[in-house]
Amino acid sequence: MKDFLFLYRADYKAAPAGSPEEMQNMMKKWMDWIGSIAAQNKLTDRGHPLGGEGKVLRPDNVVTDGPYTEIKELLGGYTIVKAESLDEAVSLAHGCPILEVGGNVEVRPINQM
Amino acid sequence: MEQQEIIPHLFRTEYSKVVAVLGKLFGFEHIEVAEDIASDTFLLAAETWGIKGLPDNPAAWLYTVAKNKAKDHLKRNNIFSDKVKPGIQQAETGFHEIEIDLSGKNIADSQLQMMFAICHPSIPPEAQIGLSLRILCGFGIEEIADAFLSNKETINKRLFRAKEKLRQERVKIELPKSSEIDARLGAVLTTLYLLFNEGYYSLSQNTTLRKDLCLEAMRLNYLLTDNPGTNTPPANALLSLMCFHASRFDARLGQNGEVILYDEQDTALWDEALIKQGELYLNKAATGDKISKYHLEAGIAYWHTKKDDSPQKWENILQLYNQLLQVEYSPMAALNRTYALAKARDKAAAITEAEKLQLTGNHLYYSLLGYLYTGVDRQKALAHLNTALKLAKSKADKETIGKRLRKLNADS
Repeated sequence: MKDFLFLYRADYKAAPAGSPEEMQNMMKKWMDWIGSIAAQNKLTDRGHPLGGEGKVLRPDNVVTDGPYTEIKELLGGYTIVKAESLDEAVSLAHGCPILEVGGNVEVRPINQM
Repeated sequence: MEQQEIIPHLFRTEYSKVVAVLGKLFGFEHIEVAEDIASDTFLLAAETWGIKGLPDNPAAWLYTVAKNKAKDHLKRNNIFSDKVKPGIQQAETGFHEIEIDLSGKNIADSQLQMMFAICHPSIPPEAQIGLSLRILCGFGIEEIADAFLSNKETINKRLFRAKEKLRQERVKIELPKSSEIDARLGAVLTTLYLLFNEGYYSLSQNTTLRKDLCLEAMRLNYLLTDNPGTNTPPANALLSLMCFHASRFDARLGQNGEVILYDEQDTALWDEALIKQGELYLNKAATGDKISKYHLEAGIAYWHTKKDDSPQKWENILQLYNQLLQVEYSPMAALNRTYALAKARDKAAAITEAEKLQLTGNHLYYSLLGYLYTGVDRQKALAHLNTALKLAKSKADKETIGKRLRKLNADS
């Protein structure tokens, strides 16, 4: 078993803010999807959402407002799961609510040092 | 002269009080002395009352005898000069009168302190429970052996080793410092939780004993909530949880000690007063900014006390299990979550989730699959129930599964 990182990205500006009812339904979908992974005993860290503001530090101490605003997709959050293989980790990502709003889940293995 | 009725469990209750007070006085170094004095007191009571009948105030009689025996012991032994005397601030005016305080307050304080001392991380959980049952609850070695489905020698050895360890670690019988209390309280709550589970899920046939274990766990938990220093949200949540579970105790067990599942219980046997108690403590637990697993379990137990079968109720339960599994995974929680999903949505969704669980080797997993496939795919349902039957260990479990198999076979 190994840890894998899920990175959630979506064009949050394109998706219109839903009604309170819709937002609650979306929240429930996330809870159910995370709960499903937890029920399989494959959740290492539920993770957290990321704040929309941010900065990027580059060489020569250049600091710009970030994240990259030219790219429409924004990294919105992360989760860490356990799986035997990359393929299994990807199968855990199925059903992620971010997919419903045109977003995606990047799946990366975490290599323990 | 009126022959009074001896209160049930009088000896056990009073034994635990006496041992707590004397134990605090003598410390773990001489805990056996405290236990011996208490035992001698009750032996004398049994002999004397058997012949002369009950005294007007049995508790007072017991306390007087215990105090006298303790004082005699102290006068005759070095314990006085080594341990007890340094703690007493009295001038050396010849004859020292030691006051052994068996007031309600000191009893409660001593028991609370003893609880923290016994639920010490240096001894294993079964030892903590065993010692709690012996010293805090006044259970006999036989009764403890019965509860653990073990034997007297094993229990005696376990308790002996535990006391040795506590002596080695020089564990003091006192409340931890306020900076340590939350952490130590965690250990105490775990032990009480396990103690309650012993009574609730035990395979022992002795129903009365099992109920007593649950009640003892609740009584000890109540000591925590009754003391300002230990009256924390998790302590209240745990007590709430216990009340909710205990409310169904009578409905859970059939005539022959077989387990009656939630679906099939006679709700008229649910104890409404205990349910109200549970709600009271759940409200008290709803303070602060941390959610413990006890809060989540209490919430789940709360919804189970509602008799309606609506999808909304099960949706609430599902969401609580979603959270609980993130705090602490357990196969039971995973299975129960899947069941709640079936009730809140439909069996198809639950089947998809259940197949992912892969809890092979667990008879409850196959029981659940059997339930989910019933009405959906009869062949699969039968296959899973048969697997469950093979894997089940206790007679009660085999009977429950057997019943469902017979019903499924009959409906063709």
